[in-house]
Amino acid sequence: MLKVVSRRLIQLFITLLALMTLIFFWLRSLPGGPVDALLGERATPETRERLIRALGYDEPIWVQYGHFLKNVVTGNFGNSIRTGEPVMDVIGRSFPATVELAVAAMIIAIGLGVPLGYLAARHRGRALDNATIILTLVGISIPIFFLGYLLKDWLTQSVHVFPPSGRISTGMDNTDVTGLFVLDGLLTREFDASADALWHLVLPAFTLATIPLAIIIRITRASVLDVLDADYIRTAEAKGLRNPTVRKRHVLRNALLPVVTIIGLQTGALLAGAVLTEKVYNWGGLGTLITDSISGSRDYPVLQALILLAAVVFIVVNLVVDLSYAVIDPRVRV
Amino acid sequence: MNKLAEHKRQRIDELTARTAEGGGVSLFRDAGRRLLRNPTAIVGATIILLFLVIAIFAPLVAPHDPVQRFPELTKDLTVDTIPGPTAGHPFGSDPLGRDFMSRMIYGARQTMFVGVLATTIGLLLGVLLGGVAGAAGGWIDVVIMRFTDVMLALPSLLLAITLVALASQSTQWTVIMAVAIVNVPIFARLLRGSMLAQRESDHVLAARALGVKRRHIVTRHMLPNSLTAVIVQATLTFAVAILDAAALSFLGLGDPDINRAEWGLMLGVDGVRYFEVRPELAYFPALAIILVALGFTLLGEGMREALDPKNRR
Amino acid sequence: MPLLDVRDLSVVFRRDGTPFTAVDGVSFTVEPGQAVGLVGESGCGKSVTSLAIMGLLPRRGNKVGGEVLFDDADLLKLRPQELRDRRGRDIGMIFQDPLSSLNPVIPLGLQVAEVLERHQGKRRQEALREARKLLDAVGIPDPARRLKEFPHQLSGGMRQRALIAIALACKPRLLIADEPTTALDVTIQAQILTLLKELVEDSGTALIMITHDLGVVAGLCDTVNVLYAGKVVERAARHDLFGAPRHPYTHGLLQSVPRLDVDRGGRLHQIRGSVNDNIPWPEGCAFAPRCDRVNDACVGETVPLEPTFRGGALRCTNPVPQEVPV
Repeated sequence: MLKVVSRRLIQLFITLLALMTLIFFWLRSLPGGPVDALLGERATPETRERLIRALGYDEPIWVQYGHFLKNVVTGNFGNSIRTGEPVMDVIGRSFPATVELAVAAMIIAIGLGVPLGYLAARHRGRALDNATIILTLVGISIPIFFLGYLLKDWLTQSVHVFPPSGRISTGMDNTDVTGLFVLDGLLTREFDASADALWHLVLPAFTLATIPLAIIIRITRASVLDVLDADYIRTAEAKGLRNPTVRKRHVLRNALLPVVTIIGLQTGALLAGAVLTEKVYNWGGLGTLITDSISGSRDYPVLQALILLAAVVFIVVNLVVDLSYAVIDPRVRV
Repeated sequence: MNKLAEHKRQRIDELTARTAEGGGVSLFRDAGRRLLRNPTAIVGATIILLFLVIAIFAPLVAPHDPVQRFPELTKDLTVDTIPGPTAGHPFGSDPLGRDFMSRMIYGARQTMFVGVLATTIGLLLGVLLGGVAGAAGGWIDVVIMRFTDVMLALPSLLLAITLVALASQSTQWTVIMAVAIVNVPIFARLLRGSMLAQRESDHVLAARALGVKRRHIVTRHMLPNSLTAVIVQATLTFAVAILDAAALSFLGLGDPDINRAEWGLMLGVDGVRYFEVRPELAYFPALAIILVALGFTLLGEGMREALDPKNRR
Repeated sequence: MPLLDVRDLSVVFRRDGTPFTAVDGVSFTVEPGQAVGLVGESGCGKSVTSLAIMGLLPRRGNKVGGEVLFDDADLLKLRPQELRDRRGRDIGMIFQDPLSSLNPVIPLGLQVAEVLERHQGKRRQEALREARKLLDAVGIPDPARRLKEFPHQLSGGMRQRALIAIALACKPRLLIADEPTTALDVTIQAQILTLLKELVEDSGTALIMITHDLGVVAGLCDTVNVLYAGKVVERAARHDLFGAPRHPYTHGLLQSVPRLDVDRGGRLHQIRGSVNDNIPWPEGCAFAPRCDRVNDACVGETVPLEPTFRGGALRCTNPVPQEVPV
């Protein structure tokens, strides 16, 4: 087990190194180099010179690459071009918002997706099953930012059910502990703040959950159908076991194995959906940070760190999934 | 001993002939037959065909030039009014006083163009990489696979965003290339994995044991079986490609050409900007994108079902 | 009074709208403690018959007709809950592929113990102790360790032994074995058959042995039913059947069994054609197109199953003469 984990961690490190190296050299190879990309065409030669020296771009490329690697390893990504703050501070500030949104979305996707997929399989070919299939097909075919605007239009403009944007009402006096507003409210017993934050969370979380929800339903359904056809379910029936025992002990346990994989993949991919969702709801998390860093002049230091972070999350989640597999499926030996 | 009367013998011959017809149908004819009987695939193909016809005959179907600005529409344009349906402009105006219906119709053309090109480029590059990796093996294989690992270390839309963000300026081509490149590792791994599995499969082993030439094994046994998986994937990829292109437009990374009539742009830029003024500007392109994505997803799923040899009967 | 009385059992599948009759009016009885064979090629309906008796056929798309009397209760008419109470307790079943028939993610011990928990109301610990004894009884070495292991850690023969232990856990009065040795190595086959024979004889459990292998039947069964295309074509006591088969199909099957004692070097007999050549039963004998002894009477109307003077039954217009030695 330990050997596998360390081998995977080394693999992770190599992948990230390769990713960073690709980005580094790509940025340097842009026509005019990163400086032009940063300054645009309006820059005077003097500002150019100053920026080049400030960024150390006058040194040989291999020296620059060495500096770059050293900085990445020590977590020093430099300062944001847009705000001038250290990149790590900017990211640290936006991180909790996205974590809160992503956790809420996955709770919705798993909490609704697994039961719905299971029910659809049990009612194969009947109205419930067909309705679920159509719903999931639309779910993966709809641009989620459009769905976001649609929900916002219906539930915040036409009917005032949910707040249209932001994470918490202005004027709400909440104490920041973890940065996850719903959790903070519970921790500090400011329950009104917690409820308000939860209220703000509903629509963005549903929007972000759309694709993982649709995919989890489809995989669960297919997997349950597979298992229902399996010989060992026939054996369980031949034993005369009661229905709940057959379903819980024999059907669900086996059917959930492939679902775990897909949950992992979808969790890792949430950041992509968050970019779109956060823009719709003005959420102020990492997704917004990505959008801000690419709109207009590009904030490459921030962007670089965000890409690295996304890759780390994605790979680590997949590693966790693989390891959890070894726990829940006795056939897999790590 | 055999005193079977002639008419009864005929009856038996007839019956045996009928039952014997089942066997001996070639894989592809069989797959085609099952594809035609697969309702999922038929619905998908019908939707795609409909939009393809609109795309091809756009100049004949569209009432107007999609980039022309009409005085009768522009005169009513303000910050918060965009003219709705009028005589001669059944879908009304877009934010620049152009005929929205014509733009929707030409949009079929542009959107299909982006989707087809992105998918094809991704497929070709991916098949090339995967094929080389699968055929060469050794260190070439290792290098190519590690390269795809790096690309797969980011969620696909995020990779597309990164690629466009790293390009010096966005054009229609950066969008197409970004969406295409995102799919390269998927196609590469798919083809390579399938070829490796084929190489070890019983029918290829049998062919090799019979002394069939290597080139023949690859072209007759391995490629056709591997390519079906790739074709199915390509069909499903198309749906994702136009959704990703729309998302890039929404993030301001799309094609900057304001004349371009493409659904993703229409939805992601004007559609959301004027959502409260005239939601149809978002509804129509969104509906078109959903339908086309749905069509390709259905066709892909149907093909996967029909081409799966396990479902042969 | 027979333990199991199957009367005119029929199963019709509906696939893609066209009905297919898999079991077509099959009747047979099993006396307490008796071993009965159901023999035939794949697709003759023997497995479907056993699943129909157990009520294990999917409800959707299948129509089951006739009666299955067990203890004078028609199993086909029981409510699902009542049938569940009997399955595993009164009737046990073992299947062809022991690997896929065991749940891959549940330890073996629980898979045996859960039957005891269900039907004998035992607590988990007690059930596990009993499970250990059962595994021991079917000849699994080191049963205490095996309780915690998973199916993939066992050999094929061991898995089938475990399935037998599960099926016999509650001492059922009837055991249905559906091709129990087909997926096993030849050397293991004999061990499993010997084990089955011992267990069945010691406990007085009646047995329905479903197989395509006449060799399996020869050592085990008192009565043999030969099925062809969903109908019984011949029924006879074991010695009669092997000594003097009357139906040309049975005759053909017996001749295609390789034997050590006769005719070395000769070509093995084979029945020509395949089940694809069958004609529908209402149009005559389904086997007619493949039969060496076919005549006018074979085609045109259904050939009835008629009792034979030696206590069996036969569905043939031109049976193999009895004096013909095999």
